[in-house]
Amino acid sequence: MNERSLKILEEGVGDLLTPIDLEAFRAHNRAKEKGLVDKRMSEKEAIRRFVDEGDYVGVELYGTVRCPMSLTRELIRAGYRSLRGVGQGVYESDLFAAADSFKALDWTYIGLEVYGVSSNLRRAVESGYVENIVEWSNAALAWRFKAAAMGVPFIPTRSMLGTDTFKFSAAKVVECPFTGEPICLLPALILDVGVIHVNRADKHGNCQIDGISGFAAEMACASRRVIVSAEEIVDTETIRRAPDRTIIPWYVVDAVVEAPFGSHPGEMGGMYERDEEHIRSYFESTKDVEKVKAYLDKWVYGVESHEAYLDLVGRERLEELRIQGD
Amino acid sequence: MADERYSSTELMICLASRTMADSATAFIGTGIPMLAASLAQRMHAKNLTPVFEFGGTGAILEKLPLAVGDMRTYNKGLHAAGICTAMEAAQRGFIEYGFLGGAQIDTYGNLNSTVIGEQPSPKVRLPGSGGGNDVGSACWRTIVIMRQSPRTFVSAVDFLTTPGYLDGPGARERAGLPADTGPFRVVTDLCTLDFEEKSKRMRLLALNPGVEPEQAQAATGFELILPEEIGRNAEPSAEELRLLRDEIDKDRLYI
Repeated sequence: MNERSLKILEEGVGDLLTPIDLEAFRAHNRAKEKGLVDKRMSEKEAIRRFVDEGDYVGVELYGTVRCPMSLTRELIRAGYRSLRGVGQGVYESDLFAAADSFKALDWTYIGLEVYGVSSNLRRAVESGYVENIVEWSNAALAWRFKAAAMGVPFIPTRSMLGTDTFKFSAAKVVECPFTGEPICLLPALILDVGVIHVNRADKHGNCQIDGISGFAAEMACASRRVIVSAEEIVDTETIRRAPDRTIIPWYVVDAVVEAPFGSHPGEMGGMYERDEEHIRSYFESTKDVEKVKAYLDKWVYGVESHEAYLDLVGRERLEELRIQGD
Repeated sequence: MADERYSSTELMICLASRTMADSATAFIGTGIPMLAASLAQRMHAKNLTPVFEFGGTGAILEKLPLAVGDMRTYNKGLHAAGICTAMEAAQRGFIEYGFLGGAQIDTYGNLNSTVIGEQPSPKVRLPGSGGGNDVGSACWRTIVIMRQSPRTFVSAVDFLTTPGYLDGPGARERAGLPADTGPFRVVTDLCTLDFEEKSKRMRLLALNPGVEPEQAQAATGFELILPEEIGRNAEPSAEELRLLRDEIDKDRLYI
């Protein structure tokens, strides 16, 4: 009998915000609809059916690119006040901060990129509304999704080692049983809900993304429920003609929402540019609590639906943002 | 100090650009590194491969990206993949240079971009690690770009977000980080610094035009290693300035 055991060298002090319950995840996935059913619905229906107060929610995007903004606005309108989730974002994370939607975050980066640090976000964190922050690197979060997507409890990495980012995470450093070297183990992150915007999808939830794909596939496969919004709904024949392009398959998807300009005021690779004027004016407003409130009243609470939002932005303005083909 | 013919930002972009060799891979972050990579591609490093965090690899940087995920990060690119592809390439040794910044840096090149003040109730919340920790862990040679002052160049960082040489020689390897990696250069508005081989502490390498060693030391909250011979950085050339102003950042978003 070999009595050697795996030696834990160091443990992060952060909380695991969502349990690594692989058996429950498997059972949930087993029960999911595998048939080709029509999953189309409105933002309102998708959010209300698939997101519960207190859920762990991830919003996939990179900066202001390919953001599921119509779903983000619906999440805010629905009035959640104690979600847990992934702190990886720019404009949409800032809106959540302004609306006090999240109580706990696995945090890697929340800022405004070229526009710097948001005063809005500082208020939400420094006031203590966000009660629990667990630190991670960007790759660590993506790899945590990957571990969940693989159906395993952790994934080893050589990131995070030797730093406070590790110390305030929920990772562990162990002596590698193969090499004897210290290696950081990242716990799988199983989300309750993943919210993802794509270029096109069929009504069953087969999704295509043009250009870079961020961590869409990893997050989708790490989520118990997946809400997808798409610029365009295409027929299944389009999917079948190029199955190599399906980056998220139908069986992980629960809801498909048609949302043209769904990333506005962010951009969509190859389709439309970001609305710099709108984004700049929002970021300006974050300096003043009253102005942020006025922004939310006008652009989020003041509109019933994504259609109404697009009318408010103005169809002419949207056409200006569209990228002209060669 | 700064010559009126160019700004300190323009000078820092040029210095960062000159650190990159041709046909190398470089992990590029938002801001100055994007301009530096674009300038390098037009000056001396036509075959520089920019790698962006969200999966854009091998872009031709004709138009300035505004963010690490925007479509210019894979403009005429060779590979549009995802974050795991980019980060895993770095982890298995494919990425030579990585650019970093932060609110604080110490003598070992450790960076803080997470909080100012002590945990658990820090005074100021900053954006966080993002890809910084990964770049600082896995790229062979990292280049830090920061403005230099006693507030930013500190004796101890409030939070160690991204690993430099940690607490000295051998510390990275002991922690399990990949061997022979770590901070290579620090580019500031006053000078370029490197790290002395034995102590892994920051050393003055070359001063920017018009800057004296005392100024660089006075802007640093720890003692800099001063070698016997300190180099002098060349000011931006007319061609570098033309490219920056007329081609790379015509809209003056950064410069």
